[in-house]
Amino acid sequence: MTDSKYFTTTKKGEIFELKAELNSDKKEKKKEAVKKVIASMTVGKDVSALFPDVVNCMQTDNLELKKLVYLYLMNYAKSQPDMAIMAVNTFVKDCEDLNPLIRALAVRTMGCIRVDKITEYLCEPLRKCLKDEDPYVRKTAAVCVAKLHDINAQLVEDQGFLDTLKDLISDSNPMVVANAVAALSEIAESHPNSNLLDLNPQTINKLLTALNECTEWGQIFILDCLASYLPRDDRESQSICERVTPRLSHANSAVVLSAVKVLMKFMEMLPKDLDYYGTLLKKLAPPLVTLLSAEPELQYVALRNINLIVQKRPEILKHEMKVFFVKYNDPIYVKLEKLDIMIRLASQANIAQVLAELKEYATEVDVDFVRKAVRAIGRCAIKVEQSAERCVSTLLDLIQTKVNYVVQEAIVVIKDIFRKYPNKYESVIATLCENLDSLDEPEARAAMIWIVGEYAERIDNADELLESFLEGFHDESTQVQLQLLTAIVKLFLKKPTETQELVQQVLSLATQDSDNPDLRDRGYIYWRLLSTDPVAAKEVVLAEKPLISEETDLIEPTLLEELICHIGTLASVYHKPPSAFVEGSRGVQHKRLPPRAGSGESTESPDVGQSGPSEAPPAVIPSQGDLLGDLLNLDLAPPTATVPSVQPSMQMGAMDLLGGGLDSLMGAGLGAAPAAMPASLGSAPAVGGGLGDLFDLGGGVGMPTGSYVAPKTVWLLAMKAKGLEISGTFARRGGIIQMDLSLTNKAMSVMTDFAIQFNRNSFGLAPAGPLQVLTPLSPNQTIDVSLPLSTSGPVMKMEPLNNLQQMQKYRKEGFLFSSLLEA
Amino acid sequence: MIGGLFIYNHKGEVLISRVYRDDIGRNAVDAFRVNVIHARQQVRSPVTNIARTSFFHVKRSNIWLAAVTKQNVNAAMVFEFLYKMCDVMTAYFGKISEENIKNNFVLIYELLDEILDFGYPQNSETGALKTFITQQGIKGQHQTKEEQSQITSQVTGQIGWRREGIKYRRNELFLDVLESVNLLMSPQGQVLSAHVSGRVVMKSYLSGMPECKFGMNDKIVIDKQGKGGTTDEPGKSELGGSGKQSIAIDDCTFHQCVRLSKFDSERSISFIPPDGEYELMRYRTTKDIILPFRVIPLVREVGRTKLEVKVVIKSNFKPSLLAQKIEVRIPTPLNTSGVQVICMKGKAKYKASENAIVWKIKRMAGMKESQISAEIELLPTNDKKKWARPPISMKFQVPFAPSGLKVRYLKVFESKLNYSDHDVIKWVRYIGRSGIYETRC
Repeated sequence: MTDSKYFTTTKKGEIFELKAELNSDKKEKKKEAVKKVIASMTVGKDVSALFPDVVNCMQTDNLELKKLVYLYLMNYAKSQPDMAIMAVNTFVKDCEDLNPLIRALAVRTMGCIRVDKITEYLCEPLRKCLKDEDPYVRKTAAVCVAKLHDINAQLVEDQGFLDTLKDLISDSNPMVVANAVAALSEIAESHPNSNLLDLNPQTINKLLTALNECTEWGQIFILDCLASYLPRDDRESQSICERVTPRLSHANSAVVLSAVKVLMKFMEMLPKDLDYYGTLLKKLAPPLVTLLSAEPELQYVALRNINLIVQKRPEILKHEMKVFFVKYNDPIYVKLEKLDIMIRLASQANIAQVLAELKEYATEVDVDFVRKAVRAIGRCAIKVEQSAERCVSTLLDLIQTKVNYVVQEAIVVIKDIFRKYPNKYESVIATLCENLDSLDEPEARAAMIWIVGEYAERIDNADELLESFLEGFHDESTQVQLQLLTAIVKLFLKKPTETQELVQQVLSLATQDSDNPDLRDRGYIYWRLLSTDPVAAKEVVLAEKPLISEETDLIEPTLLEELICHIGTLASVYHKPPSAFVEGSRGVQHKRLPPRAGSGESTESPDVGQSGPSEAPPAVIPSQGDLLGDLLNLDLAPPTATVPSVQPSMQMGAMDLLGGGLDSLMGAGLGAAPAAMPASLGSAPAVGGGLGDLFDLGGGVGMPTGSYVAPKTVWLLAMKAKGLEISGTFARRGGIIQMDLSLTNKAMSVMTDFAIQFNRNSFGLAPAGPLQVLTPLSPNQTIDVSLPLSTSGPVMKMEPLNNLQQMQKYRKEGFLFSSLLEA
Repeated sequence: MIGGLFIYNHKGEVLISRVYRDDIGRNAVDAFRVNVIHARQQVRSPVTNIARTSFFHVKRSNIWLAAVTKQNVNAAMVFEFLYKMCDVMTAYFGKISEENIKNNFVLIYELLDEILDFGYPQNSETGALKTFITQQGIKGQHQTKEEQSQITSQVTGQIGWRREGIKYRRNELFLDVLESVNLLMSPQGQVLSAHVSGRVVMKSYLSGMPECKFGMNDKIVIDKQGKGGTTDEPGKSELGGSGKQSIAIDDCTFHQCVRLSKFDSERSISFIPPDGEYELMRYRTTKDIILPFRVIPLVREVGRTKLEVKVVIKSNFKPSLLAQKIEVRIPTPLNTSGVQVICMKGKAKYKASENAIVWKIKRMAGMKESQISAEIELLPTNDKKKWARPPISMKFQVPFAPSGLKVRYLKVFESKLNYSDHDVIKWVRYIGRSGIYETRC
């Protein structure tokens, strides 16, 4: 029991010593040595030099030793493919062993060794094992097919393993069925249109039977697979639901969540007037609430999913507000998620309780949590009109605490409240103005300036207040500068006599002293407006603003539908489609909810009437902030479908990015609370300005002239394109954008006939000439080509913005690859 | 699926590293250490995405377990698996500590190879695993063919949690109804939220493959039986049957041995139990909870440098029962300079390091009342921020189930062996504990 000593060997000449021990005659000593090797491997030391010696220990009766050697093999076989062959014989022999545990061990390990030559030898034993009399061997072999497919998909198809795997779905042993389902689902993911799983009522029935009998993990595999099935009609849908609901009482939360996924998806097909539909809705609430008594990590996963479920079907949990109250010692990630759900569930019926809670939270310690709580109070005011007054007075109480970040957060939300209920709560402005000096965050400063500008006529010293901000104009963030500019123009239009000097000052600051194009453009627009037609200026700048919508942070409906299909998975935790964080072909396939039962609208409409505005199709603004998050956090995202409803203002945000104004994109992004979007942005001249921006910069996509060229990165992996590897970068030479490509032939045969085509992208980039690859590319040869690009191609907004999708073609087969343009 | 699994000590040194998928490289081990374990700020999420790789982690004492993936895995499953992994390790070698992990690293690798195949969790019931993953490692040779196929059929079988051929001279079973009662009360004594989360833990020492049936005073079952009877009205049904009042269970979940479809259709709980100790069911109730204690706080600020606190606790259960291990924790402000406490019962102490007055009472009978009063001296501060006034929390243990749950029966049938339900010795015990039992002040 003192295996820990193996972790402490750090002497020099250690490898040499180990080598001697591995070759020792004494079995015990050998085993000790292998243990030491594994310990070193764990810690990250390179012990690959011992490969032959360790492999020599493989021929042993000692199962423990054998497993250790296998572990070593799995780690190092790839780096020593030739020597790994030495192990093949033992594997093949073990696959014939009398002991099923050893047969399974051999086939399991062999599948983990990613060496082509070994893979070749794997086929025969695997074929036998798939038909083994022992279920333990069969269930291991089933997973092994998925392993082999990952190494060499073609081989699996050629050898007919897929058919054998499909047969295993009808196996008598539930665990074999479960593993076969898991393997098939994984393989099917990389062949989106293959219909590999071939789910039909018969197979579904088999799966549902196996569901009752297999392990908790097997149940998850089967439920996740069921979720991808599309029932033929509502009756089939109902009968599957009936057989899945018992899973809601499983102790394993993952089983419960996967069952919820199936039900949420199939429910879509049930007519809403069906009794069973109501029963099902009722059955869903208790298990979801029970998930909140799981361990905190699982609670977090559950809460992220509940957040989706509440948006899709608010009726399920509408009476369960209390369970989302925050407990004092919940981990912070649980607290923040609970808060989100509380706001979503807030309604006239429970608002008093919710407000009392939120007020409590606003006095806690964690800054993020407190801020979110304060913001939540504001959101309640906007969501539940009856509570607005109470919310405002709560916010004022909080402002009196003088806690800096609380005050700032409160001011930001009060501005939103003004936008929702104009001319109602302006009496509080005086209190707000008292706190002017303590505001140090851009968002709060911008909000306060907006308030002063908007209500300039009611604030006696508005000009003084704004002037005080003007002193440090150049040190302010863009967000504040833009607000200040607009606010002073508003003030001037309202009180032209006293503020002429002020407005001239700000216009000159914005247009002459600033190098921010957004600010400059806006400055010029105002200037020209004011100088040509003050009446028109008044109409534009002081135009009546539309009221802001009830909920501003809802997930955009098509994305929500997709995420509902991914309940329980990482996508539902990140609230992002799998394509945003999964590389390669996997998961790029978009999942959709089944079409609504009946004739869509007609069944939908009565319900809208019932549950009020929360069900009405919300006008969601796709949050640019998230998009940007993608860009910054996740280095490379494969293409996704375009954002469905791009609004004009968002397009402008997109163009801002071209100008390098990352800041302003952020500004626009945070403006998902639409109030942050100043009035001018919505008006016609501003759009013109934005377009002007685009034209000015049309030639300037990419980097400043003669500047840095990013090193080439791999855009297309050889394994995904029959041996053609492409790496590349973008450069700009003599004002022309060029794409530098390195094409490498990693296949066995010569490649010819290259061509390239660009898919539509955000910048309208297209090749200016054909791809010039003169010579045929022989195996292992690399060729460098430069392709001049023009920006005259069709424009389509991509996510992320600088994503570029190209099609590389050779020998009539096209390969799609994408790359990021670094601006 | 899970691409790799790493175990680290508190310093971030890797103790176990097992990679299942080709897309996870060695650098993932370091990425997690640098970005999470060594991160300056507190961990804000149990799921972290670093360079398109997702890390799921749980912590046990100072040991980090991290599962890594590059795919869109079932996140709930990954966490359930990590917990299960902890259970399995605990069942094999006790507490999860650096020492124990290092001492058993070969065993852990063997387990990891068995319970996770290509990142897909496989049978991870300790009962089954222990039949063929032993610390001797040589068992393989001494098994007969029958034994081997018995192992494999158990591991893959429908009853993966129990092996055949178990024999006890004395057939015995223990049922523990363990409940934790949670409360959040406003200073005015209004119940903001209260619920009981309960577990039924069973220790079974039964021969053969016994078929068990468990019954409790579930309102739905009792009402149904009431309707089946001849004269009982629905309202009176509570008096029928076992003569006990029934309880409304909000939701319950079961160990995988319970036949869920049968519960769904008939609401009967039938199963073949694992051998030894396991958790049969979990449940949650929110209606008609017996709150064993009520806390009445009174906090008065006397000027800027003094607080007066008075807290009364009242026990609310049968006078013949005794509550134990009672502890009341009264938070004090950070700028406390001194505290004077007077209590009628038990011992009370001001613990400066925990910023709280801790009042402990060993035992207290039902329907009693006790009081503590304290004077808290404060240092004058310029801090504008008000004291957050954390809630007063309470701990206790009572010998009854606050939800009102009662075990009505646990019947055991084993047709192949010659023992009957009457021969089985059965023990039932009820323990109610405080969960998060807080009163705001």
